[in-house]
Amino acid sequence: MSQAVAHGHDDHSHLPAGWKRWLFTTNHKDIGTLYLSFALIMFFIGGAMAMIIRLELLEPGVQYVDPTFFNSMTTMHALVMIFGVVMPGTVGFANWLIPMMIGSPDMALPRMNNWSFWILPFAFTLLLGSLFLPGGGPAGGWTMYPPLMLQTGFALPFVIFAVHFLGASSIMGSINIIATIFNMRAPGMTFMRLPLFVWTWLITSFLLIATIPVLAGAVTMLLTDKYFGTSFFNAAGGGDPVLFQHVFWFFGHPEVYILILPSFGIVSQILPTFSRKPLFGYESMVYATASIAFLSFFVWAHHMFTVGMPLAGELFFMYATMSIAVPTGVKVFNWVATMWRGSMTFETPMLWAISFVVLFTIGGFSGLMLGITPADFQYHDTYFVVAHFHYVLVTGAVFGMIGGVYYWLPKWTGHMYDETLGKIHFWVSVISVNLLFFPQHFLGLAGMPRRIPDYAVQFTEWNQISSIGGFVFGASQLIFLYLIIRCIRGGAKATDQVWEGAHGLEWTLPSPPPYHSFTTPPQVTDAVAHS
Amino acid sequence: MSAPHGGYYLPDPSHWPILGSIGLFSIFLGSATWLNGASAGGLIIGFGIAVFLFMLFGWFGTVIRESVTGTYNHQVDVSFRWGMFWFIVSEVMFFGGFFGALFYSRILSVQWLGGAGDGFATHQFLWPDFVPDWPMTVMPDPSKWTVYREVIPAIGVPLLNTIILVSSSFTVTFGHWALKKGNRRAQSWWLFVTLALGFTFVGIQATEYVHAYHELGLTLHSGIYGTTFFMLTGFHGLHVTIGATMLTVIWLRSLSGHFTPENHFGFEAVAWYWHFVDVVWLFLFTFVYWL
Repeated sequence: MSQAVAHGHDDHSHLPAGWKRWLFTTNHKDIGTLYLSFALIMFFIGGAMAMIIRLELLEPGVQYVDPTFFNSMTTMHALVMIFGVVMPGTVGFANWLIPMMIGSPDMALPRMNNWSFWILPFAFTLLLGSLFLPGGGPAGGWTMYPPLMLQTGFALPFVIFAVHFLGASSIMGSINIIATIFNMRAPGMTFMRLPLFVWTWLITSFLLIATIPVLAGAVTMLLTDKYFGTSFFNAAGGGDPVLFQHVFWFFGHPEVYILILPSFGIVSQILPTFSRKPLFGYESMVYATASIAFLSFFVWAHHMFTVGMPLAGELFFMYATMSIAVPTGVKVFNWVATMWRGSMTFETPMLWAISFVVLFTIGGFSGLMLGITPADFQYHDTYFVVAHFHYVLVTGAVFGMIGGVYYWLPKWTGHMYDETLGKIHFWVSVISVNLLFFPQHFLGLAGMPRRIPDYAVQFTEWNQISSIGGFVFGASQLIFLYLIIRCIRGGAKATDQVWEGAHGLEWTLPSPPPYHSFTTPPQVTDAVAHS
Repeated sequence: MSAPHGGYYLPDPSHWPILGSIGLFSIFLGSATWLNGASAGGLIIGFGIAVFLFMLFGWFGTVIRESVTGTYNHQVDVSFRWGMFWFIVSEVMFFGGFFGALFYSRILSVQWLGGAGDGFATHQFLWPDFVPDWPMTVMPDPSKWTVYREVIPAIGVPLLNTIILVSSSFTVTFGHWALKKGNRRAQSWWLFVTLALGFTFVGIQATEYVHAYHELGLTLHSGIYGTTFFMLTGFHGLHVTIGATMLTVIWLRSLSGHFTPENHFGFEAVAWYWHFVDVVWLFLFTFVYWL
């Protein structure tokens, strides 16, 4: 380990400037910035699609868009938000933070790091470009179930290859993260001293490596069924359309933990700082995260309770799903216990983190309701499901990421952001997001199906409230964009520690940190790691 | 910033990754265009492959140059090892998906179509003449899917191929032992034998495919049996081809004396990959051909 001394001179006169710097960079901070900026742009593209969806649902009947285009908006909104926002965004955090948190000069495999980012714009060109093909974009839902998905026109191979391409990026990204965490830790940075954000990304990387290839296999089977005469999903040749759902959700369920675990990690960094107390139950947090990840491989068919599975399968997947509530409960308990009797202050990152704990837990509870097989027969494919996963993904994964941006933005840019504007952003967002998604629970329980541009008139009021919430939530993100740009361009100088209660190696570096994080590896002790 | 000796090597900015993206993008774009029936697809694919190959030569060339000039310390070597290890794990999971499809169709969907479990009504109302055999003797819907005359028996050419591939796993290990003893001549010979066995395997598989298509009537269209048979063996064959190509590269590098008893990660990475395709074959032999 002690050899991990990159030559210390910070002379970058030989580095390319301008666009070449970003295209060819092998630096973890540059690549992290690229990932985060890409995710932010995609957030607005995916958000615009959501606005179209909410506009159409403002009143019953088909008013603004063609139903097929509506379906391709729900499909694309999901693909963009999952593969274009949350996954690249969290990888951006990983790139920026993991080397700084474990005391290394950079990521383990810097050239591959560049490649895993620079795949994304190309893959999204394929994906978003398919919207402009004759016949429109994919409209079969992001889950791509056959036989419906096989009715897609010209767009089908574009979507499938985009998924392959994005998968290659994710696999390279996670290999890099694992190699970095295994091999680049500073002396004394033992596994049980790793910041929780590093732990959650380590476990997320395992999930990615284990499941993304299975997704690649599933979409390959779609491709060969459509163009090469195979019969994976065709009963007339002995296959089964349900097989796709099994293969897809073997990826798909661990995928939801891929989306949420990094945000768990971010929140676990923020809460101790503003409670001025160490994280409660650090070790149990690590074990709980690992248990969630392990169990996620045995619950996939709870997405398919109504498809017609043998009873034993329904029961197995119900009980397995319930069991995930235990480690998740451990985590929520630990977050609350971290704040218990702490000297809490409520700066913007803390507000996002607290709202994460509350609102994610609501999404968790509705998930438990959906996990009960007989109850799911009622909820399946209704707006209740939409409400559930938006609580875990928007007020969960995305809120965690936004909180993380506020928390580390002063470290990254060297400037403090505008606290008043940040608080306005938070309060407008948190009120409007509940206006947006909470009524969808009622709509679902009352029987409104998801993925539909038209609805029965009795659903009108809640849909209108939801749409208004959606427009406000969408617009309030422009505050976020403005705040970030302003913070990059200037502002009050940030100190090295930034936050009074912040602990960990990244806060020992200057703000903004030097090009190569730790050219001399620091000696890590228990005091540095946990204090 | 790069540290040729001593510290962890941090490479300068590189233009290879973006070229790789352009190459892959063109391959995907061309393939999608071609699948949609536009003849320009082939040209775009060709361009993509050319760019991608150029990237591979350039990127690996850079890495090899850095390696033989002693740029990499032990810690960099460990990073490469973890990288290759987890890449192989992801490949294992890729095959896992297709094996899952094989087991699901063979054990569940074909049986349900034949009336097993809750499938009684399915059988009666959809295709009452369907018999759930494996290999299938009749297709659920014979008007859409053709049945084959026979399938390839395990004891025969597949067994021969098993012997070839397992032997090649031994010969690559003999090459590794020779390398560790510093015997470059033996090392290169064993590598040559390994890659010859690898390409022989691919050649035999290709002949078997021709035989299956033309004489047995077993094709990709032969229902779920033909589907799983060709997709599993096909992806495996592709991986053997890639592996044998990598063996060729390290054979040439071995002739040029790139590997030392202390520093030969490139050799080991290819050897790991080769063992991986061998193990996948053993599963294929057991579950696709034999049982």
